[in-house]
Amino acid sequence: MTDRAVQGRPPQVKPVGPTRSAVSPSPAFGHFENVHKSFKRPGQATLVAIDSVSFDLYTGQLISLLGPSGCGKTTFLRIAAGLIPKTSGTVEISGSKVERPQPDFGMVFQQSNLMPWRTVLKNVLFPIEIQGDPNGGAAQRAADLLTLVGLSGFEHYYPSQLSGGMQQRVALCRALVHQPKLLLMDEPFGALDELTRMEMQDLLMDIRAKTGATAILVTHSISEAIYLSDKVAVFSSRPARIADFISVELPYPRRPETRYAPEFTDLEHRAGRALGITR
Amino acid sequence: MIPQSLGRSAYPLLGLVVILALWQIYTSVTGISPLVLPSPMEIASVSVKRYDLLLQQTWPTLVETILGFGLALLLGIPLAVFVANSRLFNLVLYPILVATQSIPKVAIAPIILVWFGLGISSKLALAFLVAFFPIVVDTATGLQATPPGLLELARALCASPRQVFFKVQMPAALPFIFAGSKVAITLAVIGAVIGEFVGSVTGLGNLVLAANAQLDGPLAWAALVWLSALGIVLFAAVALVERLMMPWERAGQH
Repeated sequence: MTDRAVQGRPPQVKPVGPTRSAVSPSPAFGHFENVHKSFKRPGQATLVAIDSVSFDLYTGQLISLLGPSGCGKTTFLRIAAGLIPKTSGTVEISGSKVERPQPDFGMVFQQSNLMPWRTVLKNVLFPIEIQGDPNGGAAQRAADLLTLVGLSGFEHYYPSQLSGGMQQRVALCRALVHQPKLLLMDEPFGALDELTRMEMQDLLMDIRAKTGATAILVTHSISEAIYLSDKVAVFSSRPARIADFISVELPYPRRPETRYAPEFTDLEHRAGRALGITR
Repeated sequence: MIPQSLGRSAYPLLGLVVILALWQIYTSVTGISPLVLPSPMEIASVSVKRYDLLLQQTWPTLVETILGFGLALLLGIPLAVFVANSRLFNLVLYPILVATQSIPKVAIAPIILVWFGLGISSKLALAFLVAFFPIVVDTATGLQATPPGLLELARALCASPRQVFFKVQMPAALPFIFAGSKVAITLAVIGAVIGEFVGSVTGLGNLVLAANAQLDGPLAWAALVWLSALGIVLFAAVALVERLMMPWERAGQH
């Protein structure tokens, strides 16, 4: 078992960047305008978690929400997912307002949230069990996704038999099996060790190249945000505002060496300044 | 130092052998009357020699226990679902349930006997009463302990309440349900025996009383041994069903 667990690394794939859409993108795929969230607390002042956040998201793009822990970026993602209501503002994804959970969104959480009683394959197919398979071919897609993340051969394993990184790869497959139009990720690699984390970042890049998924990623890692994103929205501490909106023009495919490019470090500095870490 | 080569079950067996040996020595040295304390050898020989009688008396106790336990599952799990999912049920029923649990079952046995008569139904009712509580409490706890992350996942996928219940809550509660069931099945044996003690003409519990009245110590002890064996076998059966229904619990860690 231990040997298999070690072997279960993703295949060495050449990281290929997501296909860039037209230079001047036509109407935004996702539109966030003046999103505001406050929590009423009995006997205390109202807590403003998110104060007027606006940005646009274009098809095929990955936007990172970067900010310190507890700054409200996860709350923002949950609003975008329709899991919690916003206090005011507009959230529009592909032309329709998001006010409740959407069946055609895919979510990855910080914890893999796998069901211990389901095998790897059955965990991946859970969204299909819930929603059906209108387009057909779910079984094939699940198999392809598991191959893509280097887990073919593990279909009938239980989550408890997998390492943390492998569990999170299963969670990624589960988030994509129903071909969501938007992928929402809440610190998906936050619970992993540094090496596994870097491996998963390349894997995510590869998945985006293959599926063309549009995605929002919540992270508190500056380098992760810049490495993976087309745009980085830097959130200020509570209440969350966008302190800086950074376009990452680094060409795809990005490789681990990209992290040492001067442009990369410049962007890291810029994000650091926006976060108030560096001057 | 504990040698690794010995199986886990070897240790309690070793302990048992030592206790039985000391017991055997004590009875032969003191020459104590078998009515007060028969020797292990005597009990063993009666257990084998009166095999027919003991087996015949085991059936009624077994049936009472299994029916009482089955009824407790049948009524306890749905009640737990209500308690876990409805605030009203939880507020109204749960305290009453806990309060009734403090009534000693031995004390209500005579009343149960008046209601249900000398036949099997009074024993079944007592076995049910003692088995019911752990099943309800553990199932309700399990249903309420569903990992919030799994509920959020189901919600994000727009799962219906029915899907959430059957595909998330119930499987997540299974370990709790089995924990309750293992306690309940051993209690159900006790419930059935209490019923037999209070008023009955058959069963192992009745045999213990009858043998005692006839000053047949070894037979009373043999019936006791069979009763314990019955409890162990039933417990093992529930544990086996648990293993079969929850294969992921057995899957080795990586």
